[in-house]
Amino acid sequence: MLNKYPLWKNLVILIALVIGIIYALPNLFPDDYAIQITGARSSTEVNAGVLDRAVEALKAEGIEVKDSTLQERDALIRQTSSDAQLKARPTVQRALGDQYLVALNMAPSTPDWLRSLGAGPMKLGLDLRGGVHFLLEVDMDTAVSQRLDALSGEIKRQLRDDRIRYRGGDVQGDRNIVLSFRDEQSRAEAFDLIKGQYNQFLLDQKRDGDEYQLILALTEKEVKSIRDYALEQNLTTIRNRVNELGVAEPLVQRQGADRIIVELPGVQDTAQAKRVLGATANLEFRLEARPDAPAGETEEFGFRDNPQRTARLQRDVIVTGNNVSNAQQAFDQNGQPQVNITLDSVGGDLMNRATRNAVGRRMAVLFIEYRTETETKMVDGEQKTVDKRVVDKGIISLATIQSALGSSFRITGLDSIPEASELALLLRAGALAAPMYFVQERTIGPSLGQQNIDAGVASAGLGFLLVLIYMAAYYRVFGLIANVALTLNLVLLIACMSILSATLTLPGIAGIVLTVGMAVDANVLIFERIREELKAGAPPQLAINSGYSRAFVSIFDANVTTLLVAVILFAMGSGPVKGFAVTLSIGILTSMFSGLMISRAIVNLVYGGRRIEKLSIGGKLANV
Amino acid sequence: MSDQDKKPFDFMGLRKAASILSISLLVISIALLAVRGLNLGMDFTGGTSVELEYAQAPSLDEVRATLEKSGFDNFVVQNFGSDTTVLIRLAEAGNNQLAERVTDALKAGGDKLDLISSEFIGSQVGEQLKEDSGLGLLLALAVVLIYVGMRFQFKFGIASVLPLAHDVIIVLGVFALFQWTFDLTVLAALLAIIGYSLNDTIIVADRIRENFRKMRVGSAWDIINVSVHQTIGRTINTSGTTLMVLFALYLFGGEAINNFALALIIGIVVGTYSSIYVAANLLMVFRVSREDMLLPVKEGAAGEEEEEPPEWLNRM
Repeated sequence: MLNKYPLWKNLVILIALVIGIIYALPNLFPDDYAIQITGARSSTEVNAGVLDRAVEALKAEGIEVKDSTLQERDALIRQTSSDAQLKARPTVQRALGDQYLVALNMAPSTPDWLRSLGAGPMKLGLDLRGGVHFLLEVDMDTAVSQRLDALSGEIKRQLRDDRIRYRGGDVQGDRNIVLSFRDEQSRAEAFDLIKGQYNQFLLDQKRDGDEYQLILALTEKEVKSIRDYALEQNLTTIRNRVNELGVAEPLVQRQGADRIIVELPGVQDTAQAKRVLGATANLEFRLEARPDAPAGETEEFGFRDNPQRTARLQRDVIVTGNNVSNAQQAFDQNGQPQVNITLDSVGGDLMNRATRNAVGRRMAVLFIEYRTETETKMVDGEQKTVDKRVVDKGIISLATIQSALGSSFRITGLDSIPEASELALLLRAGALAAPMYFVQERTIGPSLGQQNIDAGVASAGLGFLLVLIYMAAYYRVFGLIANVALTLNLVLLIACMSILSATLTLPGIAGIVLTVGMAVDANVLIFERIREELKAGAPPQLAINSGYSRAFVSIFDANVTTLLVAVILFAMGSGPVKGFAVTLSIGILTSMFSGLMISRAIVNLVYGGRRIEKLSIGGKLANV
Repeated sequence: MSDQDKKPFDFMGLRKAASILSISLLVISIALLAVRGLNLGMDFTGGTSVELEYAQAPSLDEVRATLEKSGFDNFVVQNFGSDTTVLIRLAEAGNNQLAERVTDALKAGGDKLDLISSEFIGSQVGEQLKEDSGLGLLLALAVVLIYVGMRFQFKFGIASVLPLAHDVIIVLGVFALFQWTFDLTVLAALLAIIGYSLNDTIIVADRIRENFRKMRVGSAWDIINVSVHQTIGRTINTSGTTLMVLFALYLFGGEAINNFALALIIGIVVGTYSSIYVAANLLMVFRVSREDMLLPVKEGAAGEEEEEPPEWLNRM
């Protein structure tokens, strides 16, 4: 029978729609603004008393509390607005003190039965909920040269341990280490040693005057693996630091070969976020140089709090912050802030070996910080700004070694409690394997976010309404059918985005709006065909059938090409463009489904399988 | 509109006039791009922007004076959306502390204000984006050329891609003329225009192909004319609904996507025109003929007239 869908086909469409509606539904329950209270240490329990104190504090400040719940390990207090949430955090933090961490959070308000099906609302992008976006670039040159420095130190120690006499051993260029020997035999011994243990080097021998040189060049493969490692390590470190910041749903993601994206929804204090994230601070532990040490083996550094005061340190580094496994801020007997440090086993071993023979000497803790400075230069009569990367190294403490140190010890000499706790945080979260620089930053205030949502929803709603009215006026009953299909298309689109947990951004909303405008295309094409067929004298049932099948080829070609463009957009685009491309792509797919299948199913239900004289599709000839 | 039994409107009769219009628009656009250039947004140039909400509408001159006094140079101050919202752009792209310093400087002036948004884009990111964008546009055009060339025929491929380039260049020309900011969202709009205009062009091309196969008599001129005539209802309806939606977006979508909506509106008007006059016109220029439309032998007898929709569709 013409224009009758078999039962199974109707069922497939129905099931698709039911699934679509279920997964689109959570979007009607937007996340609540909330603050989350957890214990600063795992032993600290968050109980009803704590929650009561927090709620009392909020009430005293006149901040409305929507709901408060005690969960397994933490407590959640929901607020009514983002403003209230921002005010609530410091209030609660003050009331509860340092033993508890208070973090901004977005609490889902989706009903349980929906959540048990795995349904949740779309995530809102930063431009819709406020927050900060950073793009950081990892300084790969420094990553390679740092690794090279470390290797050079290790090799020299080996050579000394094996009593092979050498000179030099410094890094040359960007990937070479040059060692000099007095005779061929020691060079041959060193050659065997290095060849046996360090396969990341290509070895080359050279004779320079009466010196026998051994040139170690990093292999291409090793350089690549250092870069990969640096990026991975930095990603991990950034993740740890973000967690310490207490941000809900942060995003930390690799972009390209050397960049990292960080998005922190809801964060307003960008200065602090930037300081903690970007802090490329690292520590180096070095021995103070002996007065008689050759100048080539020492380096002079100023003190961090007083650059005039300097000290001469050994070039060799005992351990760096990378070997720290735990760090806690604490106080010494005089009430001065200190940081208690625990090293990992490798670090403890190195520390022990270095300090065993150095009791009575002094050890310095060197604080290293990388930052970008801008310089304005005149180039060809034009003002140009040039980014310059600067490394600051300053001594934070220089103390006498009383006895051989092991894996745990403490650092004093810090200015203030915040400085001590930030240093502890940085050491705990892990050091960055290579310095990073901010290359992009965007802050969106919460009011702008709400404004964007309102504007987006208003324009999308209005556009949608106009299209519905136009279709109904122009194509009558068929127009109404198209409208139902269009509405279901929107539901499916939202459901797909929710299932894929795509992030909705302002350009994403624009993409949805545009999809609505373009989704009518399939219907318009089909209806115009049906009208033509009717005009050519075809009976209604046949007209419907050939209208759908003939329009298919055009619809298919047109949509595939648009999809291709959307995919390119996704592949090359960043942030906002990607959001647009995602909605556009999904929109094209759902609108093909709704235009071809859903609208056909409804047409079949209305007209199919019976004798009809006329179709209500507008236009003179076919008009009712 | 449903007067298709009447003699079709002589679309192709206007082709000379349309050619002149298209060519002069293209020449003007390219000249504008060369002379005035695009007003590239911060996405491409790098720099810092700060958007502030004042409690009371400030005088922009005073804001400028305050900033100058605080030692900033090379900046633009303008209202953004409403007169209490001020947008400050700084060209410097090397320093990520500027946004905070600007806010502090203005707050020190005694005005009550809130930071709405700030953005910093390093110069290296902008440079890279410029390259990637140009590459993306070219890639999109190339992929379209290949797909249409495969699905239809090479002449159709060229006749679909050239109108796209035509649309993109004219939209760019308009942006250069009015010096509207060309940022990442406008670039996205350009790509969407490519997709949309292509959609239009393919629908027309599809009909031309169908009619070449169906109508035994008639010159290429007639066939193209009839095809354009048959699809004009659809073209106007779809463009119309899309434009309605875009106007809603333009008017109520907020400042952030204004230029995006504007670019799309211009692009869709130009794209609709180009799918009729540029694409069809090019087919005339290329002397498209019935022979071009014959199906390849592998799809069965050479005499097979119409491309049938796939078999699975008939079962739907």
